Formats: sequence, C-alpha cells, structure tokens
Amino acid sequence: MFGFEPTAEQKMLVEAVRRYAENDLRAAAHEADESGELPRELIEKGWELGVLQASVPEAYGGFGERSAVTGALAAEELAWGDLSGALAIMAPGAYALSVLLSGSEDQKSKLIPAVIEGDWQPYTTAFMEPDYDFYAGEMRTTAVASNGDYLITGQKARVAFGDRARTLLTFARVEGQIEAFAVPTDTVGLRVGERETLLGIQALPTFPVTYNNVRVPASARLKGMDPFKILSSFDAAIGALSVGLSRAAYEYALDYAKDREAFGSPIAQKQAIAFMLAEMATEIDGARLMVWEAAWEIDQGKDASRTAFLARTNAAETAMMVTDRAVQILGGHGYIREHPVERWMRNARGLSTFAGLAMV
Amino acid sequence: MISFEIPSSIEQTVSMIESVATEMMRPQARYYDDHEHEIPWDYINFMHAALQSAGAEVNLAPTSSQDEHQEAGGEATIGFPSTGYLGMAHYVEMLSWGDAGLYLCTPQGGLGAAAVSAAGTPEQVAKFLERFKGDRAVFSAMAITEPHAGSDTAAIKTTAVRDGSDWVLNGEKIFVTGGHKALVDTPGFVIVWATIDPEAGRKGIRSFVVEAGTPGCTVTKLEKKLGIRCSDTAAIVLQDCRVPLENMLGTVEQGKKTSEGYKGVLRTFEATRPLVGASALGIARAALEFLKAKLAEGGIEIRYGLPLSRMTNLEAEVVELEAMLRSAWLLTLRAVWMVDNKIAINAESSMSKIKAGDAVVKITQKAVELLGPMGYSREHLLEKWFRDAKINDLYEGTGQINRLIVARRILGYSRHELS
Repeated sequence: MFGFEPTAEQKMLVEAVRRYAENDLRAAAHEADESGELPRELIEKGWELGVLQASVPEAYGGFGERSAVTGALAAEELAWGDLSGALAIMAPGAYALSVLLSGSEDQKSKLIPAVIEGDWQPYTTAFMEPDYDFYAGEMRTTAVASNGDYLITGQKARVAFGDRARTLLTFARVEGQIEAFAVPTDTVGLRVGERETLLGIQALPTFPVTYNNVRVPASARLKGMDPFKILSSFDAAIGALSVGLSRAAYEYALDYAKDREAFGSPIAQKQAIAFMLAEMATEIDGARLMVWEAAWEIDQGKDASRTAFLARTNAAETAMMVTDRAVQILGGHGYIREHPVERWMRNARGLSTFAGLAMV
Repeated sequence: MISFEIPSSIEQTVSMIESVATEMMRPQARYYDDHEHEIPWDYINFMHAALQSAGAEVNLAPTSSQDEHQEAGGEATIGFPSTGYLGMAHYVEMLSWGDAGLYLCTPQGGLGAAAVSAAGTPEQVAKFLERFKGDRAVFSAMAITEPHAGSDTAAIKTTAVRDGSDWVLNGEKIFVTGGHKALVDTPGFVIVWATIDPEAGRKGIRSFVVEAGTPGCTVTKLEKKLGIRCSDTAAIVLQDCRVPLENMLGTVEQGKKTSEGYKGVLRTFEATRPLVGASALGIARAALEFLKAKLAEGGIEIRYGLPLSRMTNLEAEVVELEAMLRSAWLLTLRAVWMVDNKIAINAESSMSKIKAGDAVVKITQKAVELLGPMGYSREHLLEKWFRDAKINDLYEGTGQINRLIVARRILGYSRHELS
C-alpha cells in the first residue's frame, strides 16, 4: 500500500523522541558544544527512549523488530535536537545493528544483549579512516589470517567514545572483502590516540585508533558480513540525521525571518528571503522522501545500496545548503555563537564523513 | 504506513504505455518536431481507442463521473479514477518519456475537462464531459493568459457581460495549449477566464465553457515555439461571443461577486501541477538515461558509492542529476498521493512543481553539455528534450510563482503580505 503516513506506533515514538529532542537535547546543545561534553544523564535519558531496544528482537535482549524506516524517523528527530547528542545516543546502535545484520546466531546472542540490556554504554564502531579519499570498498585497515587468528593493522578515525569503549567493532579488509571484528580495546597493539578536535560535533568525543598487528581470534569476525546491507544502513542513518539537522536550521531561520524587521517590514516579506526559505523547505522534503525510500528498501530486503547512497549524498548536500542559508538569513547574528545556526553549519559540513557512527 | 510499493495495476499499465512510448512515440518524435502544427492523428486515434477500451482503468487526465460527483455532495471536487492521481502521474511520466509533444496531444480531456470536474456542477459535468467518451477523439483547453497578463491572472481584461440568457465574452487569449484541437479540429471546448466586473479584481473572475463552433470565438494564430512543437499553442479572439448562462462554471450563486469561483479554479492547479511535474520528469528521465547509455557505450559506468574525491567530475555530475530526479519524482508522488487521499495540500503541490521544473531544465542542459558535439546534434532527440524541457518551468505556474506560493504557505502569509 503506497503511502507517506507513518503508522500510529511510529507517530507515538516520533512524538516521544521529539519532546526529548526539544526539551533536553536542544536545551543542552550550546553548552555541550562549548564545553565539549555531553552530560551523561542527557545521553542516558535519550537511550531510555528505547529506539534501539525496539529494533532488536527479544532473543537478543530487545523488544521489537528492526525497522530502518522507524529508525530514520527517530534519527531525524534526534538530529533536529542536536547532532552530537544524536550520534552519542545512536553509537551503540551502529555496533549492535551491525552484529544483528552480520553476526552468527552465537555472536548475536553473545554480543547484542551486552549492549542492549541496561544503561547506555560506550559500545561503538571503528569504521572511518583519516584519509581524504576514504572509501569503504577499499579501506586501508587490513586483517590477515595468522594461525587461526587475525592480525589487524591500520588507522581509524572518528571513533566515538574510543577512550572509554571496551570493545570496538572494527571494520577491516580481508582479501578485498569488508569484514568486521569485535576487538577489545585492551588488546595488545591497539592504541587510542588523543581526542580529535573537529570543525563541528564538538560535544561528541571522537578518537583516532591505531591498530598495529592487533591479534584477535577468528571468532571475533562477524560471520555473515554483507557489506551492502551495512553500508546502506549507514547511509540511511546519515541521510536521516542530515534531514533533521536541515529541518532545525530551516525552522529557526523561518521564525527569525518573520520576526526580524528591515526597511519597515519583516525580512520574510522580501522575495529574496522568502524564496530561499521556499527552496529550503522543498529540498528538505525531497531529501526526507529519498531517505524514507532507502530505508523502506532496506526493510524490504532489497539491495538498497544505490538508493541509500543517493539519499545520503543528497541529504548531506541539502544540509549544507540549508544551514548556510540559515546563517545567511540571520545575517551577522547568524555568525554569533549565541544563535545555533553557525553550529549547525559546522555540523553539516561533516555529515558525509560520519559514516559508521550511526545506523538505522 | 510509509511504503513505496507501486500497485501492480499501475505497473502493468506503465509497461503497456512503455511499449507505446518506445514503438510509436519515439520514432515519430523527430518528424513532428520538424513539422510544427501538423496534427499526429495516428497517435491521437490510437490513444483514443486504447483509452476508450481501457475505460475507467486508465486515466490520463482528471475527469469525474456523475456518481462520484454526487457522492461528494455536489461540491467542487475532482474525479478519482481507479488508479488515482498516483496512476496518472506514472502514465504521464511514461508518455512524456516517449515524447512530451505527443503526450500533450493525448486525447481525454486535458486541462479544460479538469476545470469542469473541479468547479462544475453535476449538470455541467454531465453536459460537457460526455463528449470525451465517444468514438472520436475530442480535446479541451484552458484559456487564461492574455497578451499583457500571464502569471498575474487577476489582471485579465477579457470581459463577460450578462445579456438576457447569455454571457457575452470579449477579449483576446494567448498561449492556449491545444486550443486549435479543442475548437477547430474536434468538437471540444475551451474554458475561458473572464471578468464579470473589471473593478472587482480577482473577485470578478469566472470561468466559462466556450464550445467549438460558438460564433464570435476564433483561433487567430498558432505560436512557433522552442519546443513541444507538436502541441498547438493557440491565440483566440472572443468578439461578442455568446454562451448560455449555464456555461459559467459553478452555480448561478457564483455569479455574485465573491472570490469563490476564482478559488475553485485555482484549486484545480493543486491537483494538476504535480501531473505537469510528472511530465517534466519523463523528459528528465529520458535525457538522463540517454546520457548514461552514451557514457556506457564509451566505457564509462557510474561508480555509485565512491566519495567525491575518487569520482571523476563526470560521475559526480551524473550522480547529482540522478539524486535531483529522484527527489523531484518522490515530491511529485507525495503530492498526488495527498490528492488521492484527500489530504489538504498546503505547499506540497507547488513544491513538486518547483523541483520538477528545476530538475528537468538542469538535467537536459547538463546532458547536452556533457555529451558535447553529440549532445548538440539534431541526430539525437536529446537536443529536442532540452528544448521541450523548458516549458515545464514556465507553464502551470512559473518556477517563481510556485516559489511565491510555497513561501506564502510556509510563512502563513497572504498575498498582501508577500507579493
């Protein structure tokens, strides 16, 4: 049945996430960005919304079925509140859902409940690498079979909570194939570097991680890796987050433009501003529909790789366009850190490099 | 729920239309582009017969049956064919992928019939739409624009003066799509916008059915155009043209000076704009497919999934065009889905038209550019699609007018607050 109306259940979830995004994430975002810290209680409260728990079957400690569409709806709301906060809350999901998609029965029963049951914990993935031309299909971190074990060597970047994570789901190339390994951070040869300093998402602690012949048993490798499924789900997540961020900036700029007067009338009454807003709204809606389509294809078990790739690139580009315009509409005020639009503009630029940090 | 599952009945019809597009439209497209104003009767007659035999299963234009009208309490409403506007958007897209000029010559009502459906009384629907069900193809058209007034429809000067049991129309209309087919080549009609009170501005505007053969109504000119040359674009002069009182769309009540009649006709656009967008996107898809096919012949396959730093510029451009097309198509589908489900349209219809107009113009321009001398050559249809594309950013509301509409809706402004 063709349609664009979320189910009643999805609407309830979105409503709950939206309240949290507005009252908690949004309220804390400025201070978190300035101080570089997300309060633990803030993350905990977001975790308790149960978005991830509801996407994991009971057998593994959750209480539902994975739906990328539902995940995308929730991710949009979280990012509307704050991207750093959204990524923090979703980090364990990138770990758990990767295992859910690619692990053996044994791995799923062993690895997922540890993430899902109880409080938010810093389970996270090591996916991105520091190179300007990073491409998942040809990542430079490799794993080589050695006496029944694997030796992992390479450099990872943008590893959220790398300093406190106990296990990193590490993506590496094995004979040209992407594979993922659950690697305890205390393994010999694994070194977590100094916290990264970035243009945006400054409240989220991210780290570089170096692997120097890190030996892990073969049982650490997820048994049924389907890279297309994993990459599509990463893409859909970034797409959904991009849409949420865009919507935040658009709404803020729209309200400002109706309020701010120049030459005797609100600036929103000038076509130069009004047309920008009309285009922002149009692009955001189009971007959201593409993300939904990708998520729907994922849920249908289709190969969503192209759809999700297009959805993600388009949504990320939309976020850059919209946040730039939001700053422009606020004029000089947009450049001042008392308004959130400059932060959103900084956050938007990074979206295409946040692969692996969130999954739906 | 959120689902992108296209009903199989629509998919089946689309695949039938694809055969028509491939076997009938594409081979004739160049001929009718070269022979402007020649009427493609073989296509018209074929489509008329095909649509008649398909009956209510396939609709390409908004028409309504008496029953549907009465069910809705006789209020201004638009007909819902069995596969809805969702079906129509798909069919229109596929026909336009075949050829946009020929598509515009497809019989089965058109914009004029849509206006009757939307704003007519049950009696008017019965009287004026019956003709589309006969053995011969019949056309209808919409006459709004005047030499001095395009987007500013409220500034039209054509007058309608009541004289006994008639309205007497005087004025000049231009850019009437299919006007010659509706008035000269077939026994159709044109919906003429005119003012019953020049002092009253938009409140004085009404629409009138002027049937083929009505004395005082003359087609004076056929425009020579950049593209869609197969579709006639007529100028019409109305000189003491008399039509019966009941030819004014809507009830006699609406003869009073309110803006209801005007709003009624404007509502038509909420439903038809996404269909124009669908037509635009058929051209866009044709151009993008042609571009990718030619690149593939040259050994270039687009490597999706690569970061920008690893793509060639060509690949990056194609990826951007593809995303643009998809975004526009989904905005179009959302708008028709809302119409089908009677969800009040706010800005969504105009949004789809903005994006579709932008997409088709950008995609065709880029495709010609990227294919260099080959793209520019008249040996291929791509240069024609480049010319056909631009009309979609102009008719049924220019890109700027649709931006104005979207802006007003999202800002909650009236036309006085934002113009």
